[in-house]
Amino acid sequence: MEALVAVMIAVLVGTGVYLVLRARTFPVILGITLLSYGVNLFVFISGRLAVNQPAIVGNGPASDPLPQALVLTAIVIGFAMTAFLVVLALRGQGETGTDHVDGKRDDGGEG
Amino acid sequence: MEHLIIAPILIPAFAGMLLLLEVREHQPLRRFTGMLSVLALVPVALALYQQAAGGEIQVYRLGDWAAPFGIVLVLDKLSALMVLLCTALAVPALLYACRADDKRGANFHALFQFQLMGINGAFLTGDLFNLFVFFEVLLIASYGLVLHGRGPARVRAGIHYVVLNLIGSALFLVALGLVYGTTGTLNMADFAVKVNQLDGGALELARIGGLLMWVVFGLKAALFPLYFWLPAAYANATAGVAALFAIMTKVGVYSVARVYGLAFADGALAGLGRDALWVMALLTLVLAAIGVLGARRLGEVVAYMVVMSVGTLMAGLAWATPESFGAMLYYLIHTTLVSGGLFLLADLVARGRGKLGDQLVAGPAPAGRAGLGVLFFIGAVAVIGLPPLSGFMGKVALLQTVPAPLYWLFLLGGGLLALVGMSRAGSTLFWRATGDGAERRVDRPRLAATLLLLAAAPLLAIWAEPVLRATVAVAAQWAQPELYIDAVLGGGV
Repeated sequence: MEALVAVMIAVLVGTGVYLVLRARTFPVILGITLLSYGVNLFVFISGRLAVNQPAIVGNGPASDPLPQALVLTAIVIGFAMTAFLVVLALRGQGETGTDHVDGKRDDGGEG
Repeated sequence: MEHLIIAPILIPAFAGMLLLLEVREHQPLRRFTGMLSVLALVPVALALYQQAAGGEIQVYRLGDWAAPFGIVLVLDKLSALMVLLCTALAVPALLYACRADDKRGANFHALFQFQLMGINGAFLTGDLFNLFVFFEVLLIASYGLVLHGRGPARVRAGIHYVVLNLIGSALFLVALGLVYGTTGTLNMADFAVKVNQLDGGALELARIGGLLMWVVFGLKAALFPLYFWLPAAYANATAGVAALFAIMTKVGVYSVARVYGLAFADGALAGLGRDALWVMALLTLVLAAIGVLGARRLGEVVAYMVVMSVGTLMAGLAWATPESFGAMLYYLIHTTLVSGGLFLLADLVARGRGKLGDQLVAGPAPAGRAGLGVLFFIGAVAVIGLPPLSGFMGKVALLQTVPAPLYWLFLLGGGLLALVGMSRAGSTLFWRATGDGAERRVDRPRLAATLLLLAAAPLLAIWAEPVLRATVAVAAQWAQPELYIDAVLGGGV
């Protein structure tokens, strides 16, 4: 199972990085979303992988509850940031008339 | 006075929330609330500094959970100094913005307060994940502030700034995952202890985690090769915001100093990434100096001077002796206040020249040319590091404590290039004037705010000895991480 999770994270981060390097704001936003999915999973498994275990400390084995709390915080923050970035990208489109990340028009002129 | 330590976070938090409630567009009330909050921070920061100066490290357990299980706030000399510096910068920056700039967009005052909350929180927290959270608080407020005032240039710079920092946050989370996965703790003091008990693969993973943290903090501090976002973002930001941002890069420098001093100064991962930080710092110095020469606007010149100061500071930090750290802290105080003042001055000049703004082309002289020229001269002398002002004192202290020929070469060479760049900017703006500009007089409160910050240059030079003695005392405490670790973990577990 470890290998499967590792590959999953690698694919998410890999696609995320590829998309972040695109020149249009929309792929960049998608890339950042995928990147944060991968990173959230990574934080989540830092408490080790365990199956069928309760998340609270009790009698017997329990999975580590802290990474779950951390990842919840990270998800909330990531969600808010993505929403902000979408609004910013829309405003960039409105102000510069193009969705290029540098605000450049397709003909090479400044937006 | 035990609860005073949380006040630098709570006061701006409450003020910010109050400001969000003031839905009516009633600017005087907002200005009053905002100013009241930053003015209230002044005695608090002074009292905290006084408390910390006694030498005792004060630990505040949030929710009374014992460390390392709960989150702690820690007040030592270094955090007290940084909070005090942040407050000293915030008062003039807000005063300047209150003249008119705060009306150019909604919620300026609330964002300003949240920004202060995030910065103060980052300086006070003793927990790595909490540091991440406060980073996010200060970042999301700064996103709003960078964009404050609208315009295509700001949006362009804003998108770069936001995307880069989001990627930085993702990397920070990876680092935290590695730290927690290997040591099972996020408390800085506990991490410093546990990291020395690791071996084999776990130690290598912790090493990667630590190095990733340097990348993230390097991005915040604008260290080469991660500084390219800074000139555009700072030069396009509203003046009061740019002045406050002078401390944002120092949050990155502080974070490196804090984590390095605790966990990596000694032990299993001693000197982690020190050589890399050293090389990057020197490269930052050179490239920023070239940036100063190539800048086309006064705001950009000052922004590159900020980058240059980061290189200077990071090299002093990477040398990692208590003496060099003390000298670096003196330089940090000087550069934060003076570059904040120069950002305000750049805006005053831009206002006085009308359409041309702060572009470095010959045009009408700014209104109040004589006064502004003198101020620019003082600021330039200080920021370049010429005698007799504070920059010179700071550089001499650094050169004395970092006896590396390469550093001397880069620092002095960079200073020379900066001198050329600043002279070019000054002579274009003030001497090659084609006539008198608008007949308006320079706005008094704005001038007062600029003076407040630039006054740091002569004052820090006059009281160089006591200030240096204080920063060396801070450094001495920083160099004894066991004091910090004992204060946080002692008795608790």
